[in-house]
Amino acid sequence: MTAENAVRAASIVAALLFILSLAGLSRHETAKAGNAFGIAGMAIALAATIGLASRRSSATGIALIVVAMVIGAAIGIWRARRVEMTGMPELIAVLHSFVGLAAVLVGWNGYLSVEARGGEQTEVAGALLRIHSAEVFIGVFIGGVTLTGSIVAFGKLSGRIRSNPLMLPGRTLLNLTALAAFAVLTVLFVLRPGRGLLIAVTVLALALGWHLVASIGGGDMPVVVSMLNSYSGWAAAASGFLLDNDLLIVTGALVGSSGAYLSYIMCRAMNRSFLSVIAGGFGNEGGAAVDRDYGDHSEISPEDAATLLLDADSVVITPGYGMAVAQAQYPVAELTRKLREHGVTVRFGIHPVAGRLPGHMNVLLAEAKLPYDIVLEMDEINDDFPDTSVVLVIGANDTVNPAAIDDPGSPIAGMPVLHVWEAEHVIVFKRSMSTGYAGVQNPLFFRDNTTMLFGDAKERVEDILRAL
Amino acid sequence: MRIGVVHESRPTETRVAATPTTVAQLRALGYEVVVASGAGLASTFPDEAYVAAGARLGPGAEAWAADVVLGVNAPSAREIAQLRDGAVLISLLAPATDPDLVEALARRPVTALAMDAVPRISRAQSLDVLSSMANIAGYRAVIEAAHTFGRFFTGQVTAAGKVPPAKVLVVGAGVAGLAAIGTASSLGAIVRATDVRPEVAEQIRSLGGEYVAVAPAEQQVSSDGYARETSADYDRRAAVAYAEQAADVDIVITTALIPGRPAPRLITEEMVATMRPGSVVVDMAAAMGGNVAGTVPDELVVTPNGVSIIGYTDLPGRLPAQASQLYGTNLVNLMKLLTPARDGQVVLDLDDVVQRSMTVVHAGEKIWPPPPVPVSSAPPVPAAPAPVVPAATPPPSRRFVLVGLAAALLFVLTALSPDPLIEHLTVFALAIVIGFYVIGHVHHALHTPLMSVTNAISGIIVVGALLQIGHGDPVVTALAFVAVLVASINVFGGFAVTRRMLGLFTR
Repeated sequence: MTAENAVRAASIVAALLFILSLAGLSRHETAKAGNAFGIAGMAIALAATIGLASRRSSATGIALIVVAMVIGAAIGIWRARRVEMTGMPELIAVLHSFVGLAAVLVGWNGYLSVEARGGEQTEVAGALLRIHSAEVFIGVFIGGVTLTGSIVAFGKLSGRIRSNPLMLPGRTLLNLTALAAFAVLTVLFVLRPGRGLLIAVTVLALALGWHLVASIGGGDMPVVVSMLNSYSGWAAAASGFLLDNDLLIVTGALVGSSGAYLSYIMCRAMNRSFLSVIAGGFGNEGGAAVDRDYGDHSEISPEDAATLLLDADSVVITPGYGMAVAQAQYPVAELTRKLREHGVTVRFGIHPVAGRLPGHMNVLLAEAKLPYDIVLEMDEINDDFPDTSVVLVIGANDTVNPAAIDDPGSPIAGMPVLHVWEAEHVIVFKRSMSTGYAGVQNPLFFRDNTTMLFGDAKERVEDILRAL
Repeated sequence: MRIGVVHESRPTETRVAATPTTVAQLRALGYEVVVASGAGLASTFPDEAYVAAGARLGPGAEAWAADVVLGVNAPSAREIAQLRDGAVLISLLAPATDPDLVEALARRPVTALAMDAVPRISRAQSLDVLSSMANIAGYRAVIEAAHTFGRFFTGQVTAAGKVPPAKVLVVGAGVAGLAAIGTASSLGAIVRATDVRPEVAEQIRSLGGEYVAVAPAEQQVSSDGYARETSADYDRRAAVAYAEQAADVDIVITTALIPGRPAPRLITEEMVATMRPGSVVVDMAAAMGGNVAGTVPDELVVTPNGVSIIGYTDLPGRLPAQASQLYGTNLVNLMKLLTPARDGQVVLDLDDVVQRSMTVVHAGEKIWPPPPVPVSSAPPVPAAPAPVVPAATPPPSRRFVLVGLAAALLFVLTALSPDPLIEHLTVFALAIVIGFYVIGHVHHALHTPLMSVTNAISGIIVVGALLQIGHGDPVVTALAFVAVLVASINVFGGFAVTRRMLGLFTR
């Protein structure tokens, strides 16, 4: 058994563990085991690689590896411990950018240690040199797109960048031009590798990544985050080709395809075409939403809301991003517990794209220690609304908008929504009468069975708790 | 503007278009209200109560001469003549079945709104008189049946012996049918119900009824919220089911109506003949010809075998106070819609589908029938899947072409590649497929942990950077150092945060 073979064997084991990890995470019962498999796979892969590296490189090299990993681990674990569950989307976006950055650096290193040395290098046989060049180029390109894309996504999610889509004229043409330019540059680089070309493609990729995500509105962020997840996988796979490393290829492809599929599932949940989300500009096409008078909305006091809730047989809570912003998950959980003690059936209806990350609401509700079997998906609960006494809409807007069904001219027409208006009473928690992310007015607020409870969701829920 | 509440001229009518409660609400909208004296007496609302609510009493003619005239029944020719020019008349008009009345109204420079032409969209539910009256009628039908039926509804075990519960069959589970189901089951009867629309089975059960399916149900998906005529085959199977049920139950309540057509004949003479003596049939469709053979409108008929067939057409009017209150509230809701500024001025907006559908005559011009209105509850059935399906499953031919092209491309790409690359491509392709399948059935709630774990796993790129450290070139080493650092953040941070999240999920 040579060292090389041992590393290869370790790679296979690690790759299988990663597959088990992803498979495990598809169900609650096996999710923790899945995470453990992932950790084990990563540990095996790292141990084998460090072992291999220690035979090849100097003591300084080993020291550097250890230092880099210790610093990285410290930062990573520190962030992971400290992050608020409401800040999850931002954290994940920023983590994606790290993979992108690493891919760019690995690509550059590939160039510096092979192509840049010309005839002196011994790592790559002459026949494979061109393929190596192409791999460097592709790796840097995907990495660059992931890097800036994730940074912009992070900025939008954390409110550092305006979440409105950037609408450059001919943005699709811009994107296509960038792709064409990438193809041309790749051919040039393969024929005659040069530092200038590599810098050009790096800049191009960074610009494209920035533009791609900047032109997507905040409402589509869940899809964007999961697309970036996919990109980061492809970036890892590209590095694997570059470095001749099957483990990277397998893992990258796993992450890449699963991320792409997840994005596709979410697009379907919003009844949006995958391509149009990726190409950007949601909510602005066909967005000539006619300014219409919907009539008046009525308000309700927290005390009346409490009475209504106590008299109810069945209550459904449909949270949205507003609950996350207001950090209202704890009082909501407390409200749920109190109502359940009074014998009121309380359930949660989660729209697939509620929040800014797939499954965002579930994580928040879990954080507040709500049992996950009362937290239902849209399809599971949509038929139950007619038998529901009270629906509490907490910080959701577009996902409960009847215009998606009633109004074919609406920009969100055809998007599946939670049919909250079929319930007897709907109480909407909202800060003001402004529109949601899609920029569409919500006729729900003006229905006769809807009452509004204005103010910060957390404070209002606490008011209700006091009144109970 | 002044609202006139008229005294209903039809001798059997007990309802009135406004109650003291709704008069106060109309006043709050800024209107002056004139009530014809004695208008509410049949509904047990004395004149003084109206005065106390802020109305003025006047002779009948003054109410008819108001700016806005509220009535229950369609006006007679004499009453139409009493309307002043430019008046707005709001009452039940049955424009679909009474074209002569519409013509007569259109000969006057008035505007007429039919309360029985409210479109069945959710927004207009608060105006829907047909629903509110059907609700009352369904309740009253059970009460009439119980009154005629010589036994208890509920089963009891008493010292004087055991009483079996009554069995009630409700045909048609619309608003009236559902109200009847709820009332009969709350009286303790065993309630069964049928309907041509299988989707109402759940509503029937929710009210304590048992859904009797008519053989393999013909899918009738209603796009306007009303039932339609059925096929001959369905009718034959239904007849078998009704015959079976008729012989078994004590009380039959039929509510089957098809808009603009005579009521379907569902219960034949033979079926009635098989019913036990003392049984009761309430035919709520009597006004439209009846669902039951032998129904006489407005009469209680006893068949030779001792079955009572009740054909009352004034069921809502038999609960006059309640019916007037609900009808009056429907009118108040309409007036709210017509008075956007709350200033006592009617503003009719014919661009609004609800107002457009109800307006039969506008300033002397006949504008009936209105354009059809799709009902909010219907589009999810035909429309929602439509845009999705073609996108998700392209026609098979196109799909084969796509798969074929992809396969050819892959073939060319791989065939032209040198050895080591082929190996990599194989692994790459298989891993993509696995990734796709592994993720296929992820529970929605786990999307976030899944994403953070895949994110941690994609930190595997650290492996690549590790191998580049310490190869002499300081620039390469420095870049690799940074790459290892950031990728490590990813690996450790990703797994740690996933662990933390998963720890939160509890059952």
